[in-house]
Amino acid sequence: MLEVKDLYSTVSGKTILNGVNLSIKPGEVHAIMGPNGSGKSTLSYTLAGKPNYIVDSGDILFEDQSIIEMLPETRAQLGIFLSFQHPLEIAGVRMDQFMRSAYNSIQKQNNNEELDVLKFNRLLKSKSEELNVDSDLIQRFVNHGFSGGERKKNEILQMAVLDPKLMILDEPDSGLDIDAVRSVADGINKLRSESKSTVIITHYQRILNYVIPDYVHIFMDGKIIQSGDKTLALQVEEKGYEIFN
Amino acid sequence: MTTKNSISESEFDDGTNVEVKDSIAKSYQYGFVTDIESETAPKGLNEDIIRFISNKKNEPDWLLEWRLKAYNHFLQLVENENIPEWANINHDPIDFQDMYYYSEPKPKKELQSLDEVDPELLATYEKLGIPIAEQKKLAGVAVDAIFDSVSIATTFKEELSKYGVVFCPLSEAVQKYPDLVQKYMGSVVPYSDNFYSALNSAVFSEGSFCYIPKGVRCPFELTTYFRINTQETGQFERTLIIAEDDSYVSYLEGCSAPMFDTNQLHAAVVELVTLNNAEIKYSTIQNWYPGDENGKGGIYNFVTKRGRCIGDNSKISWTQVETGSAITWKYPSVILQGDNSVGEFYSVALTKGHQQADTGTKMIHLGNNTRSTIISKTISADKGVGTYRGLVRINPKAENAWNFTQCDSLLIGDQCAAHTAPYVEVKNNTSHLEHEAFTSKVSEDQLFYCNQRGISSEDAHSLIINGFCKEVFTQLPLEFAVEATRLLEANLEGAVG
Ligand SMILES: Nc1ncnc2c1ncn2[C@@H]1O[C@H](COP(=O)(O)OP(=O)(O)OP(=O)(O)O)[C@@H](O)[C@H]1O
Ligand SMILES: [Mg+2]
Repeated sequence: MLEVKDLYSTVSGKTILNGVNLSIKPGEVHAIMGPNGSGKSTLSYTLAGKPNYIVDSGDILFEDQSIIEMLPETRAQLGIFLSFQHPLEIAGVRMDQFMRSAYNSIQKQNNNEELDVLKFNRLLKSKSEELNVDSDLIQRFVNHGFSGGERKKNEILQMAVLDPKLMILDEPDSGLDIDAVRSVADGINKLRSESKSTVIITHYQRILNYVIPDYVHIFMDGKIIQSGDKTLALQVEEKGYEIFN
Repeated sequence: MTTKNSISESEFDDGTNVEVKDSIAKSYQYGFVTDIESETAPKGLNEDIIRFISNKKNEPDWLLEWRLKAYNHFLQLVENENIPEWANINHDPIDFQDMYYYSEPKPKKELQSLDEVDPELLATYEKLGIPIAEQKKLAGVAVDAIFDSVSIATTFKEELSKYGVVFCPLSEAVQKYPDLVQKYMGSVVPYSDNFYSALNSAVFSEGSFCYIPKGVRCPFELTTYFRINTQETGQFERTLIIAEDDSYVSYLEGCSAPMFDTNQLHAAVVELVTLNNAEIKYSTIQNWYPGDENGKGGIYNFVTKRGRCIGDNSKISWTQVETGSAITWKYPSVILQGDNSVGEFYSVALTKGHQQADTGTKMIHLGNNTRSTIISKTISADKGVGTYRGLVRINPKAENAWNFTQCDSLLIGDQCAAHTAPYVEVKNNTSHLEHEAFTSKVSEDQLFYCNQRGISSEDAHSLIINGFCKEVFTQLPLEFAVEATRLLEANLEGAVG
């Protein structure tokens, strides 16, 4: 599904990623943990193709195809979804319009049926009920005045509607109350399947009790310095990152 | 200072000029010139030209005299170098002697139907997407199309006359309804109001007249397409709309012009009058040629639009979508004279490339319980400069006046600029005023967020812009709203990203 090969990337003249290697097969869940500022979000932006995140060397293969030259929307249309650590507000644009535009762009690119307003709203409604998202939110401007928790839930809802192959979740659990962590985790689990892969960036092992990872990677100074199974997350929780220095 | 019961366009001052630099403009879709022999008066502005125009129109003496008074006033302003400089716009001095003040397509004979209209003219309309022939069939729209300075085709006239609605060229109204014209023309915008209204009053050669009799709701939306055609012909239309007691009319104005090298001056005057319980809804889409990539050749649009709510419970509502012109200078205003009268102003103004727009409104509260709403949306892209300039004045005798003002700006890119200049004068403390404003920028991060969801940057911009303008678009009649959306999208193509 995803193959990251010795990836170096630079933001504003500063090298952040220092040789990341990561290989993810369909159906797998990978967790990435690491201290603040170590470059986790940078990795997710680089994968998603954010402008100004320049790949200096290495490669990113998605389904055996190099994507580093592709526009972010092209990557999204191929099935890469990024749940943002800090989702953005777009005042004036309603969630349902935003989502329909996204959905139809992806459908169109993949030669699938585009949905009219009525059909799409039906889809959106059923997904938001499934995920217990307040239906008021989808009538509001994108993330406008949303609470921290609402924003995170809204990212999961978007993911459910767009139905990607690779889900990259940048701290989907931070700032959430205990029940909300549970419901976000439930949402992620509903979307998991044999053919889909998941990357969860997190500071807390708690969410990993619900979304059980096949691998846990420790990320420091712009690269993965150790990988293991879910017990690694417990070690981090207990002892911090000191032990990896 | 004494309190004034009326307003003048020259009242704004304190504008700071902004330097305009090179940029890239989108080539203008509607740039073409129709080859129809014009009967054109010689270049230049003098008494003879004014007499020539008046004579051509077979005008009564009082009108010629009025024109000459306006001309003399204009001369004084020029002599005293009283040419407006306060707006936030910048342009080379206009040479008023180097312009034509009158031209008309040569009339072949009296036209009985559209079949007799010059096919080349009709073809021009087709290119502009105004199939008049079709519109005749389509229900609900009467068209008084102005081609250069003379009205060519008027449709639905019979239908309208059943309701007693008069919708005709102003020159025809001068002949047929001289009393009405004499009573109201200049009553809202006197010739002495400002530099351009003086010029217009001296040399206006065409325009529309609309009269809605007592108790009539005009069954159609009245539409006028303005079009500038002869090279270097200044356009000086006048529009006068009178809504009698308990009447209603919705009036649409839309326009587009061909590509030229020399800047074209357009100085129109629009006057609206509502009597008791009457309502006028006036909507404009303005899409004139903005100039080439060097900012050369665009239209200069200096317009004076004003309404007077004379009657109690009357209402005047201005909605405008301004996307064209090199320079726009325009403040559709309302004088709220009758008790409980209502004034509204909804505006979207887009500037990109070298365009400059200085637009806004004035709400003058004279009567009791008068209410006004101002929603202004300014979008600037490339190196466009957009300015909102507004005045809300509550006179001492206006009890319980109410105003809500919202002026928002959207910046696309980091070389454009938006300014707001709201002026408030409150002389009665029973009034209630609210003001909101925000400036937002389409940020790289927002765009990336959209991109990550599969939405291209272009689609993301149109989503954001349509969201930004929604409060204004919902005020437009449906067809116009669709057109406005299309226009904004077309205008922003290539200007963003
Ligand atoms: N646009 C930028 N310009 C300069 N430095 C940047 C930029 N973006 C990120 N950085 C720097 O890169 C480093 C990695 O940031 P990143 O956001 O990837 O960390 P993170 O691991 O996600 O941290 P956190 O756990 O706090 O979310 C930080 O030092 C950050 O300041
Ligand atoms: Mg981060």
